[in-house]
Amino acid sequence: MLHIVKKDLPKTREKIVVRLSAVLAALALASILVLVAGANPFELYLGIIQGCFGSVYRFAATIEKMVPLLVLSLGVMVAFKMRFWNIGAEGQFLMGAVGTTLVVRLLPDLPLPIMLMLMSVVSFLFGAVWLMVPAFLKARFGTNETLFTLMLNYIALTLVTALQYDFWKDPAASGMPKIANLPPNALLPGVSGFNLSILMAVIIVLAMYYFMNRSKIGFEISVLGESENTARYIGINVTKTIMIAALVSGGLCGVVGMMQTTGVSGALSTQITGGLGFTAIIVAWLSGLKVPFVVVNSFAFAVLLQGASYIQTAFQIPGSVAEMIQAIILFFILGSEFILQYRFVSDKNKREVA
Amino acid sequence: MEFVFFLTAAVKAGTCLLYATLGEIISEKVGHLNLGVEGMMQMGAVVGFIAGFTFGNPYIAVLCAAIAGACGALIYGFLTISLKANQVVTGLTLSIFGVGFAAFFGKNFVGKKVPEAITTFFAPIKLPIFGDIPYVGQIFFNQSVYVYFSYLLVIAIYVYLYKTKWGLNTRMVGENPVAADASGIPVDKYKYFNIALCGALCGLGGAFLSLVYISIYPVNVVSGRGWIAVALVIFAMWNPGKALLGAYFFGALDIASFWLQQYTLPVSIYFFTALPYLATVFVLIFTSMRKSSNKKEPAWLGKNYFKEDR
Repeated sequence: MLHIVKKDLPKTREKIVVRLSAVLAALALASILVLVAGANPFELYLGIIQGCFGSVYRFAATIEKMVPLLVLSLGVMVAFKMRFWNIGAEGQFLMGAVGTTLVVRLLPDLPLPIMLMLMSVVSFLFGAVWLMVPAFLKARFGTNETLFTLMLNYIALTLVTALQYDFWKDPAASGMPKIANLPPNALLPGVSGFNLSILMAVIIVLAMYYFMNRSKIGFEISVLGESENTARYIGINVTKTIMIAALVSGGLCGVVGMMQTTGVSGALSTQITGGLGFTAIIVAWLSGLKVPFVVVNSFAFAVLLQGASYIQTAFQIPGSVAEMIQAIILFFILGSEFILQYRFVSDKNKREVA
Repeated sequence: MEFVFFLTAAVKAGTCLLYATLGEIISEKVGHLNLGVEGMMQMGAVVGFIAGFTFGNPYIAVLCAAIAGACGALIYGFLTISLKANQVVTGLTLSIFGVGFAAFFGKNFVGKKVPEAITTFFAPIKLPIFGDIPYVGQIFFNQSVYVYFSYLLVIAIYVYLYKTKWGLNTRMVGENPVAADASGIPVDKYKYFNIALCGALCGLGGAFLSLVYISIYPVNVVSGRGWIAVALVIFAMWNPGKALLGAYFFGALDIASFWLQQYTLPVSIYFFTALPYLATVFVLIFTSMRKSSNKKEPAWLGKNYFKEDR
C-alpha cells in the first residue's frame, strides 16, 4: 500500500517548477473552454500578454490593477500570519472608501495635500475599526472570525448601497442612484496613467517587509500564529498583539478604499471593490505569507485581470471566460501544493527503514 | 389576508436558502467549511435551466442541477480532502469559478422563458386535507412540489444525522476525525459523500431560483443568496429544523425589503437587507460568549485531517 507522508520544506526552485507546471496544466485545460467559446487559445493567451505590455498605456493599466491587489494582499497577510482568518478585506476596502468620501463631504475645501493626508488617515481608521471589532471579540470570547468578517463584508456592502441609493445620492445625477464624483482637490495626482498610489504602494511594501521580518511586533505575530501557548509562555500580550495586527491588516485594506476612490473610480459605489478583496485572500495564501512573493503574485494576478479586460474588447470573449480561467489556474495551484508538501512511500520501503 | 400572502411568498423565497443551508450543514458536520455555496448554486441554476429549456422535462432539469452542484463540490472535495488544500481559499475559488461558469454558459439563455411543461409541473398545488387548514394551509401547503420536497428533506436530513449510524459517524468525523479513524470509520469516504451531497443540495437550491422562482432567466440569478445560506448555517446552529425556520425568516426579510418600499418607515429599508447578516453576527457573538458545551460548531470545522499527522 502507498502511504503519504509530509516531506521536508521544498526548495525555492522546486516550488517555482511545480507552480509553473500547475499554471501550464491549467492553461491546457482552460484551452478547451476557450475553444468552446470560439477562439484560438494561443491567440488568446498572446492577446493577454499584449493587453498587459503592449503599450505604455496598457502597462499603466496593469500596474493600476496591481496596486490595490498588492496592498489588500499585504493587509490580509498580516492577519493570516497570526492564523486569524480575515475574509473581510472587501468590507474593510468599502469602509475605507466610505471614510474617504465622508472626509470630502465634511471638509470639501481642503487643499489637495492636506486632503490626501486626512483621507489616508480616516480610511485607514475606518478599515481598521471594521476588523478590530471581530478581532476584539475573537481575543475576548473566541468568536469565529472567518464567519464574522465574512458577514461584515455584506453589512458594509449594504451600507454603501444605502448611501448610494438614498442618503448620499447625488441630486444632480438626474435620478441615477449615484454618489457625486470627488472634486479635483480630492483626486490623486497622476502622470500618463500612473498615479500617486504606486508610490504609496512601494512605501507600504517596504514598511511591511520591515514590520513582518525585523520588528518585535512582527515576530510576536508569527509566534502567535505558530502557537498561542508558546506566545503566552514567552510573555507576549496576546490580546494586544491581535489588536495591533488587526489594526494594520484592516487599516491597509481601508487605505485601498481611499486609493481606488481618489485614484481610479473618482466616486464611491457598490462596484468599487470588483471582488479584489477575495482575490487578495487567495494571493496572500499562495504567497506563503511572505512579502516578496505577495508582490510577485499580485503582479501575476494583475496580468490576468488586465488581460481579461483586454480580451473582452479585442476578442469579443466574455469576461466570464477569463474569470473561469483564473479559477482553474487557482484550483491547479492549490492542488499542486500537495506535491510540495507530501510524498508517497510504499509500505515496503517503510519496513526496510524500520 | 395580505399578511397570509406575504408569508406564502416568504416560504417561497426561503426555499432556495433552505436547500443550500441544509447542504452546507451536512458539509460542516464533517468538518468542511465550504465557502463555495454561491458558486455551486450558480452552477445548479444555470445547468438546471439549460437542461430544462432543452428537454422540457422537470425531472431531467432537477437531476442535472443536482449533478452540476455535486460536481462543483467534488472539485472542492478533491482539493481539500485528498490534496489537503486550504478550505477557505478553495471555497472562495469555487465561488469565483461558479459565478464565471454561470455567466459563461448562461449568456445565451438570458431573457429566455422557462418551458410551459416545467412551469405547469412546478406550479403551486393545494394539498388535500393539509391545504384546508386555515392560514397554515395557504402558507405552507399551497406551494410547488419543489417546496414540498424541501419539507421532506428537512425530516430526512434530521433522521440521517441524528437517528442513523451513518449520521453518528458523520458527526464523529466532524467532531474528532482522529477518534473516528481509530474506531475504523472511513473518514475520507464520509467526507466525500457528505460534501457531494452538499453540492447537490446547493445545486437544487440554485435551480429552484431559475426554474420556479423566476420564470425568465436573468443575468445573475443567485445574486448573493449563497452567502446568506452560509450565514444561515450559523443562525440555525447546525440544526436542520432551525434551518427551516431561519430560511423562512430570511426569506421574509428578502420579501419585506421590496414590500415595505411603498410605506414611509422610520428606518431605511436597507436595514432589512442587512438584517440577515446582522442577526448572524449576533448569533456568532452570543454563542461564543456563552462558551458552554452547547456550542454547536463542529470541533474540526475548517481543519483538514491528515492521517499520518497523528
